[in-house]
Amino acid sequence: MSNSALDKEFQAGCARGELRLQHCSACGHTQFYPRIICAACGNDALSWVAANGPGTVASFTKVRQAIDPKFKDLLPYVVALIDLQEGPRMMSVIIDADVDTLQIGDSVTLDFMPWGDDALRPVFKVAE
Amino acid sequence: MTANLRGATAFIGAADTTVGVVPDLNATELCVQAALAAIKDAGLEKGDIDGLITCNSMAQPIMYHAEAIAEYMQIFPRYCSSVNTGGGTTFSAVHHAASAIATGMADTIVISMGDSLRSGMTREQAAKTQSSTGHPLYEQVYGQTVPSYYALIAQAHMAEYGTTQAQYAEIAVAARAHAAGNPTAQKREPISVDDVLASRMIADPLHLLDCSLMSDGGSAVVMTSAERAQDRPHAPVYLLGVGEGHSHEHIMAARSLTTSAAVEAGQRAYAMAGANVADIDFAQLYDCFTPTVLIELEDLGFCAKGEGGDFSASGALKPGGSLPVNTHGGLLSHCHPGNPGSMFALTETIQQLRHNCGDRQLAKAETALVHAQGGIMSSHAAVILARDVQ
Repeated sequence: MSNSALDKEFQAGCARGELRLQHCSACGHTQFYPRIICAACGNDALSWVAANGPGTVASFTKVRQAIDPKFKDLLPYVVALIDLQEGPRMMSVIIDADVDTLQIGDSVTLDFMPWGDDALRPVFKVAE
Repeated sequence: MTANLRGATAFIGAADTTVGVVPDLNATELCVQAALAAIKDAGLEKGDIDGLITCNSMAQPIMYHAEAIAEYMQIFPRYCSSVNTGGGTTFSAVHHAASAIATGMADTIVISMGDSLRSGMTREQAAKTQSSTGHPLYEQVYGQTVPSYYALIAQAHMAEYGTTQAQYAEIAVAARAHAAGNPTAQKREPISVDDVLASRMIADPLHLLDCSLMSDGGSAVVMTSAERAQDRPHAPVYLLGVGEGHSHEHIMAARSLTTSAAVEAGQRAYAMAGANVADIDFAQLYDCFTPTVLIELEDLGFCAKGEGGDFSASGALKPGGSLPVNTHGGLLSHCHPGNPGSMFALTETIQQLRHNCGDRQLAKAETALVHAQGGIMSSHAAVILARDVQ
């Protein structure tokens, strides 16, 4: 879907269980999704860092009706915006979440699993 | 440098096609039919048109859309453009048109938009095309739907400000109350808050009746300079102010989930108009899902941040309320053919400001604000219209 080397390197990270963020050595900003410049300062002095894993729930919803058939067997599922410990926000899913008790601000931890296809994706679980 | 657009242009023509389920007209035909009806409403011939703005269609995408519509109609404009900012397209197009007229790029511009989400596509195709607003690599891979993107916003507002599902439901109820009086609306049966809350949950906290319709329809307006707008069949409706704000495309990258770039769009429109919220008699606010209206009420200054829930539940938005909103029924109850959706809010506003709405004419309709947004609360445009340029 993308011929970008950055996107391929991100996906290669996922394949071995690593969520790769970009760190800017010029200003210290950490960003997601991968870009050719630092979105904060414009510098291109970017290097990959692996996310530690902890994050908090910025928002979530339970999807009860999917469009793409490849997600229909997973229904219902909880998609969420996760604020990573390193700063960036990303879209993901929270596995095995109980939406009746899940709250914005809850702690989650990173995991990897196939989601809708064979590729390993970063997903999250509610922290113990 | 800013050109002074205040009162420089006016709407002289406005028309809608039949909306809802229109099985025998494709998206191109809806667009052309609307354009021709608006030109007729303005008392003009197609040869009088030297500018054309359209938006692309989801059901029948065309690479050079405005050119294809001009060709179909056999008009040969000197200004021809397809705008694409999702639902915000409608009023971005108005901004472009006003600027083009003010700078002499064209004298008389038709803005026409039509699509056929209901009859020209399957429900799955329409839903899939609309959900492609998500990032293909970093959002769509998780199986989001359009309602689920907006649900993230709704949930965040509930957590931050204590907004309730019943308050969101009030917005759907108000829209339906307006639609009940509008013979052209797709859904006219009155509904209650309980009906909304009892409808099927689509993506928590959004129920089916919190979600807008899927429709066919076309709608068009004719704009020209204030000078040329005199002595037409209808009194001109003046553009007093217009402003845009663009904060993100993907919701994962939004600056805030609960405050949108409608703030900047509104501030820019008010500043150009020399108006403030107290001058606005009624408003048409983008209502693809109920929470968008609640946030827009706050961001455009109709109530304080965090008070959108109470304001929506106060009855203010309903017919006879202090700020009637979406007086045709909106995307929730009138029709929603995708990107053209807010054109119907614009034509409704023009008809209200002409005092041409019959039984559902608002008691006070001198100045109005119309707003549209596209993406996931991404691109915002606000327009202030009035009967007079004071």
